[in-house]
Amino acid sequence: MEYIVEMLNIRKEFPGVLANDNVTVQLKQGEILALLGENGAGKSTLMSILFGLYHMDRGSIRIRGENVTINNPNDANNLGIGMVHQHFQLVETFTVTENIIMGAEGRFLLDRKKAGEKIKALSVQYGLNIDPDEIIEDISVGMQQRVEILKMLYRNAEVLIFDEPTAVLTPQEVHELMQIMRNLITEGKSIILITHKLKEIKEIADRCTVIRRGRVIGTVDVKTTSQQQMATMMVGREISFTVDKEDRKAGDVVLSVQNLNVLNNRKTPALKDFSLDVRRGEIMGVAGVEGNGQTELVEAITGLRKVDSGRIEINGREISRYSVRGRNEAGIAHIPQDRQRLGLIMDYNLGENFVLKSYYHKPYSKYGILKKEAIDKHAEKLISDFDVRAGNGVKSPAKALSGGNQQKAILGREIDLDTDLLIAVQPTRGLDVGAIEYIHKRLIEQRDSGKAVLLVSLELDEIMDLSDRIAVINSGELIDLITNDSNIDENDIGLMMAGVKRGEQQ
Amino acid sequence: MKRDYTGIVKSLGAVFLGLLAGAILMIAIGANPLKGYFYLFQGGLKSIERIGNVFAIATTLILTGLSVAFAFRTGLFNIGAAGQMLIGGLCATVIGLSVELPRLVLLPVMFLAALIGGAVWGVIPGFLKARFNVHEVVATIMMNWIAYWVVYYTIRNYFTAGLETESASMPAAGQLRVSWLSQLLSGSYLNLGIVISILCVIVIKFILDRTTLGYELKAVGFNRHAAKYAGIKVNRSIILSMMIAGGLAGLAGLTYYTGYSVNIQIGILPSQGFDGIAVALLGATSPWGVFFSATFFGILHAGKGFMNANTSIPPQISDSIIAIIIYFTATSLFIEKLYKKLRGRRADRKQIKAGGDE
Ligand SMILES: Nc1ncnc2c1ncn2[C@@H]1O[C@H](COP(=O)(O)OP(=O)(O)OP(=O)(O)O)[C@@H](O)[C@H]1O
Ligand SMILES: [Mg+2]
Repeated sequence: MEYIVEMLNIRKEFPGVLANDNVTVQLKQGEILALLGENGAGKSTLMSILFGLYHMDRGSIRIRGENVTINNPNDANNLGIGMVHQHFQLVETFTVTENIIMGAEGRFLLDRKKAGEKIKALSVQYGLNIDPDEIIEDISVGMQQRVEILKMLYRNAEVLIFDEPTAVLTPQEVHELMQIMRNLITEGKSIILITHKLKEIKEIADRCTVIRRGRVIGTVDVKTTSQQQMATMMVGREISFTVDKEDRKAGDVVLSVQNLNVLNNRKTPALKDFSLDVRRGEIMGVAGVEGNGQTELVEAITGLRKVDSGRIEINGREISRYSVRGRNEAGIAHIPQDRQRLGLIMDYNLGENFVLKSYYHKPYSKYGILKKEAIDKHAEKLISDFDVRAGNGVKSPAKALSGGNQQKAILGREIDLDTDLLIAVQPTRGLDVGAIEYIHKRLIEQRDSGKAVLLVSLELDEIMDLSDRIAVINSGELIDLITNDSNIDENDIGLMMAGVKRGEQQ
Repeated sequence: MKRDYTGIVKSLGAVFLGLLAGAILMIAIGANPLKGYFYLFQGGLKSIERIGNVFAIATTLILTGLSVAFAFRTGLFNIGAAGQMLIGGLCATVIGLSVELPRLVLLPVMFLAALIGGAVWGVIPGFLKARFNVHEVVATIMMNWIAYWVVYYTIRNYFTAGLETESASMPAAGQLRVSWLSQLLSGSYLNLGIVISILCVIVIKFILDRTTLGYELKAVGFNRHAAKYAGIKVNRSIILSMMIAGGLAGLAGLTYYTGYSVNIQIGILPSQGFDGIAVALLGATSPWGVFFSATFFGILHAGKGFMNANTSIPPQISDSIIAIIIYFTATSLFIEKLYKKLRGRRADRKQIKAGGDE
């Protein structure tokens, strides 16, 4: 029997959207199959059907050649199918062991010791390196993901589904995950991997099924297909991987941060005497390894975190004691890192989300009464300007949008605020190459129209593609400020991100 | 566009399961459930007077239900409607018993007193939550007991008449009962309170759906972090929401102690305050949902005596049904699952049929 999982002619419709249209996907025993497709193409929906979270409208599923019905995740578990969701489903205050055995077969208290041993054994077998007694909230995101993997293995999963596993990982963690996947394959598991990173598909997958707008475009052999070809299949047009950008002279200082000191959640210094200026018409990229103070820097500027000492100025006005709203009004727009936790109210519809920062203004309200027509009109304009795809237009709740469309909605809202400073944190995380290209274009457009853009990203490529200047941050200190021109070296920046200053390099 | 009916289905499901369980109980004690329900609903609905009484009971429940529902939309659990209701009732009673004013002036003053009294009782836990992160459930329960004793001492020491356990009766000028309404409904208890509660339903719906205030409060309820990011003052919203919720419960006290009854009993936390939680849940925390679920509870309350008089079924069965419905709404997740599962089945069946066609 060649295929372990076959999803045949699957159809799934949501109100207003045909998420899967006659989709057929087949996974071979012992292979890694990549699913590639634009944001909203229907990948997560398809996998949710396989995992029993959604019911298909039509089609059939075969496991090892036999027709099966999967009504809920328990059925999926029993059939040996496991899934790592993009948003982890762990109880923060429980230990690794508790999280893994929770909901699994067997008695919770009696089996705990035996479970711990089994977990340890699995961890060694697959090179996961997990301590079963650690509390979830104390371990890194990468480790939490491994707990999710262990959870599947503990339930004897044979088929593992990963929905955008690398979007939340640092480059080092991505590297380790790839190794873990290889171990899984060696041990006889089969994997379906959803990712937007063509590089990762090239590196690890055997075959790749491309989906566009709910339909399968084709399945290709990864070895013999170039990244460019895959991208073209997926979007239906040529994609440019390089960013075009004219040289431009920067203008006056818009944002000025001076000797900023900020504490992190553990009450230790996150930023140490940090100073930085961002000017009109430039993109300032902040490069650094995750957790070196970038988050705190942005939170301090936008008012989400208290400033210990130092100054923050917008157009010369000191704002470090202003409220969040005061700062927004002073001229800050902010595309936050976590779009579902900060950027959107998932239960509000698009129209309501588009006025999240302006609902109290005319024309969206008057004397405290909301003006629905104005709100809807505004939303329709942004939906078409920023190509946000949503089944029910203005009335679609944000939670029904795919990740890429959520991001476009936030981008549209923030650009529409038309402020002098735009802060963009990880603006393309989890997005397809087409959407990335689009968002990069819009950010450069903002720079060209004389806005100051502060770009924080963990992707060095993105920083190097977009920035006019690059601020390298390490342990809360500004290591160096570099003009991004032709004689800049990626390796040097890598070293600086590790904390090695320019004079100290050889 | 398809509407999402899950809320309504959930509520009707809970009602259905509650009635079903009640039927089983009736069978268990050897009574005929069809007869039981016939008399129960007849007792609630058979005459104009009885229908009036249904709404007289519902009046207070609508307001406590709204109070709980409103706080809930901001993500707060107001267990303190009972205490807020007591204080609202106390403020209105104190004024009604101690000042002499023409009715047209006295009633609005009492209205304001109840509103403000309840609001103060709600705002304190709101403030504690916003400022010191004291959980509102703990704080509102404590406020309930403080209200209990405040009423106890105030009434007992200054406002009793014949009996030590209740206040003197409200003079006619301070009552919400109006003779034309009672006469119209052949002697029912229904009073001006129903007007207050329906107006509150309309006003609260308007606030939630159409105002920037409602937008802010719901935003805080859905996602506190995003609200903060948007520049909404989260703490201020919490305090405001509890204040409004308290005010609504305060008005519930007005309608209960100067309309449904005409004096205030001491040593009792009014059960309507807690029933408000059930009303809010069964009404899916929407204002009109609250109105309908309060009316339904009103029918059960009004009809249980009649059922008892005409059958061997004790009125406790009716209370049990209410309790079971509360139980099912509280565990409404279960009903939602059931609904989804049934819908899924249907989809599967359709799909099998579709498959057969091919
Ligand atoms: N629960 C839902 N209700 C309504 N529409 C939905 C729901 N879930 C997904 N959709 C819609 O179905 C389509 C496919 O969504 P899906 O999440 O499967 O896309 P995706 O390929 O995983 O995208 P991304 O790469 O952005 O995660 C989208 O248009 C989305 O708006
Ligand atoms: Mg997805």
